[in-house]
Amino acid sequence: MNSSTREGRALPWALVTPALGWTLLFFVLPFVAMGLSSLRGSGDSSFSLANYSQFFANPAYWQAMVNSLEVTAIVTVVSVLLAYPFAWILAEQVPERWQRAALMLAVLPFWTSYVVRSYSWLLVLSQNGVINRALVGSGLLSEPLQLANTRFATVTGFVHFFVMLLTLTIFANLKQLSPSYRKAAADLGAGPARTFWHVILPLTLPGIMVGAFLTFVLCIGDYITPQILGGNNELVMPQLVMMQIGRRGDFPLASALSIILMAVVTVAYLACARWLKIERT
Amino acid sequence: MRLALRILGGLYAIAIYGFIFLPVVVLVLFSLQATSFPIPPFTGPSLRWYEAVLTDTRLTAALVNSLLVASLSSLVAVTLGFLSAWGFARFVLPGSALLRGLITLPLTVSYLIIGMGLLVLFNWVGVPKSLIAAGIGHVVINLPLCFAIIYSQMGDHQVNIERAARDLGAPEWKVLLLITVPVLAPAIFAAFFLSMTFSWDEFVISFLLTRFDTTLPVEIWNLLRSGLNPKTNAVGSLVFAVSIVLVLLFELTLLRRKKP
Repeated sequence: MNSSTREGRALPWALVTPALGWTLLFFVLPFVAMGLSSLRGSGDSSFSLANYSQFFANPAYWQAMVNSLEVTAIVTVVSVLLAYPFAWILAEQVPERWQRAALMLAVLPFWTSYVVRSYSWLLVLSQNGVINRALVGSGLLSEPLQLANTRFATVTGFVHFFVMLLTLTIFANLKQLSPSYRKAAADLGAGPARTFWHVILPLTLPGIMVGAFLTFVLCIGDYITPQILGGNNELVMPQLVMMQIGRRGDFPLASALSIILMAVVTVAYLACARWLKIERT
Repeated sequence: MRLALRILGGLYAIAIYGFIFLPVVVLVLFSLQATSFPIPPFTGPSLRWYEAVLTDTRLTAALVNSLLVASLSSLVAVTLGFLSAWGFARFVLPGSALLRGLITLPLTVSYLIIGMGLLVLFNWVGVPKSLIAAGIGHVVINLPLCFAIIYSQMGDHQVNIERAARDLGAPEWKVLLLITVPVLAPAIFAAFFLSMTFSWDEFVISFLLTRFDTTLPVEIWNLLRSGLNPKTNAVGSLVFAVSIVLVLLFELTLLRRKKP
């Protein structure tokens, strides 16, 4: 603030220019390139909206977006429902000095690589996997279940990751609540259940919304989990994008599909913006 | 009633821990058997597949590549993040809020789209696929993180120490190296550590932007094509072990820092 007089205007700009330049060159410019590419017809070089209309005309592409939204919605709801009670137990029932260790323990399995973690679920869910061997071996089933390469497997892999993430965010939220809310509710005659339903839950709702939004964004853009666990039976958007690049080398269509996917995330952000803002005050 | 709730809570917590640990336990357990499929029944401990991994030159080369890309890209991201955080925190710049928003913008975009954009751009300009291209992408995802972490730690109380140094005649570069960097060391260290972690584990950008020489997650991905493979189990278990050692070291150094 004061030092600008000493060094003139050159120093501050010299400090921030490398970071701004990097962002412009390797983030904004690629995005512009992708936008231009998406407007390009595959054959001729003239600009057209053909790649976008292809998305709306082709039911298989539509279906990938529907699958993406359905999987993401299921994952978000199931993860929140599983994580909330867990975070509550960690915050309320575990003694204070063990809470850090309990959280560390819950995060521990995620320190393997993300690709390997999805693969591990394949070991559990495949035809010869742990679950099927246990079920068939104990005589509960005569035939192994088809668990891998299904939507169930994709959802399981995602829920595994996001339960951990949401537990962390909801736990932090519960710990921030002042104990006086609970005391006040008790003084006014509310039992534990009513206190939870009318006081604790509404107060942690903004935190849940932030966690759920984070889940939505990360889940809908992920290629690894659906590709490893869901297989090619039921494609989601990131798989469709990668398929255009990998098999067909069709960059314009891949660009258009990526931009459509980003537009959906932006709409979701705008829909949640009201709740996401509450968090900051 | 209270007791019942506690028991129920305990059972629920055990169930969730079981769910969280199930895949990693299976991964490590079946990395330790000699058969060529990592499936039950467990046939006793063997380090056969660990040996196979450590003698596989593609995997060890990918491991070295991953370490190189992670450390170099994190170094660039932390340096750029630190300099810009210092610039924005200490000086009044026109359009500061907008420019800060621009630097943190990549946080809101998925890695797939960042990788796609770079692929399209590099393809147009004629930059070949390489580890450097992937490293550039890793700086893009980690720079906003480094900036945000370091910027949030630049409190006003540090301004006074810097001012004192300047009044005593220290030139600007000395203030930076002898005052600002040491004071912010924990934040810089945390930013570097987080960047390393994200770069080390990043898949889709490396997958799109590298060809023959590639990083460990991509090489593991290539192993997955052969289906269930005990070698994958062994690599995964090794990555897991290394990560846990690093996290413990991180915890210990941070705790030690706090004590005096």
